[in-house]
Amino acid sequence: MVESERDLRCGDLEVGCVVSQPGNARFYRTGDWRSFRPVVDRAKCIGCGVCYLLCPDMAIRRRADGTFEADLYYCKGCGICAAECFTGCIQMVPEEE
Amino acid sequence: MGKRVGIEVSIAAADAVAMADVDVVAAYPITPQTHIVEHLSELVAEGELTAEFIPVESEHSAMSVCCGSSAAGARTFTCTSSQGLALMNEILFIVPSMRLPVVMILANRSLSGPLSIWNDHTDVMSVRDCGWVQLFVENGQEVFDHVLFAFRVAEARSVSLPVMINMDGFILTHVIEPISYWDKEAVERYLPAFEPVNRLDPDHPMTMGAFAMPGIYTEARKVQNDALIAAMPELIEAWEKMGELTGRCYRPVERYAVEGAETVFITMGSIGETVSIAVDRLRGQGRAVGLVKLRLWRPFPFDALREALKGVRRIIVIDRAISFGGPGGPVASEIRSALYGVEPRPEVLNMISGLAGRDVTPEDYIAMYETAMAAEQWKPEDYVVFGARE
Ligand code: SF4
Ligand code: SF4
Repeated sequence: MVESERDLRCGDLEVGCVVSQPGNARFYRTGDWRSFRPVVDRAKCIGCGVCYLLCPDMAIRRRADGTFEADLYYCKGCGICAAECFTGCIQMVPEEE
Repeated sequence: MGKRVGIEVSIAAADAVAMADVDVVAAYPITPQTHIVEHLSELVAEGELTAEFIPVESEHSAMSVCCGSSAAGARTFTCTSSQGLALMNEILFIVPSMRLPVVMILANRSLSGPLSIWNDHTDVMSVRDCGWVQLFVENGQEVFDHVLFAFRVAEARSVSLPVMINMDGFILTHVIEPISYWDKEAVERYLPAFEPVNRLDPDHPMTMGAFAMPGIYTEARKVQNDALIAAMPELIEAWEKMGELTGRCYRPVERYAVEGAETVFITMGSIGETVSIAVDRLRGQGRAVGLVKLRLWRPFPFDALREALKGVRRIIVIDRAISFGGPGGPVASEIRSALYGVEPRPEVLNMISGLAGRDVTPEDYIAMYETAMAAEQWKPEDYVVFGARE
């Protein structure tokens, strides 16, 4: 099982580059595309899960303490979670900061 | 072997496709290819061929349908020319990347503009790098033989790539020639049932034609290129097997009167026959001239070409397309590249001729030879648009 398409070599590709292994899109590191990352102020988060529901990439996961945070391997930084969060506890922070 | 008949080459080509027991034909009519698909539609309508004939609304759809039907495991054929090829361009490049063994006859016709329906190679040269196996035939018999050849090679599990048969429009499509048909038994011996490497199958789901991130695209392209190059042994074997079955032997590079030749013509397609007449006449005058015909264009037969040109001092490459603002004609440019490391490097003069059905006679080829011999010094970038009135 590969972790990323960058681990694949020519010889690993199937004829015609078909994908016969189900669900391997999860190895796509779409987080590379991000220029802003969502940062959650956990003190303000009420754990409503709206960000989790509305993230178009299903890149938000629930933590053990009931709050939610972005999985930066996938988060593309679109900012929808920050715009929709009721409590305004998500801030989009430029990646270089 | 089967019957020998005088028949229009397009009809014979369609009969060969039917003898290959094709499952799906998706095509849009365009001159000069029309008779081929028209006859196939008749064979299906009359119940002589059990196949899906899909009359699509454009060539873009024709190649899209072919892509889908081949992915579903159906033996698939289409046919086009010129603008039709241009319209299917987008899908043309996808078929080999998915390693789908579609077979297509391209009845070569000039690309617009100016608008023209006549024959040259400007259409195929516009898709030189599309990734298909590309070959050129010289006469009606070769068309018939190469339809069966194309299916065999395309579907070979070690190849699994589409094959394009280039057949000169009108010069071949619309003439009546004597053609030896294969009998059913020979076809069965030559062409096994299609066993696709990948097949769309609900019981074994897979994704075909997927997206690739930059991290894998390079590898995907390299693998595709390697596969096309690696098709060579299968191509040679399929020609040899055909020789055993029919007595007709084909090679990637054909030679004619090259023994002791100092100067050779290089041609592709039907003009090979006309040039051979010119070569016979020149030989009759004691001139050391021969002819080398490129049958296989992709994968490019580098070794066979260098072998065929051993000891040759001058090469006159006949191109039937112009690479605008570039090195003249596309064929000459590739020949020069293939011979760059050869010592001593032969001189290459490029004659662009026979555009859009302009008649080129044996006398014209003799004139090209004389022009070439009179040139005091050839420069690598030399090319002549032969016969253009200036
Ligand atoms: S920024 Fe966009 S992609 Fe990232 S977690 Fe929020 S909604 Fe999902
Ligand atoms: S929407 Fe805001 S408050 Fe609700 S879970 Fe997400 S971060 Fe917490």
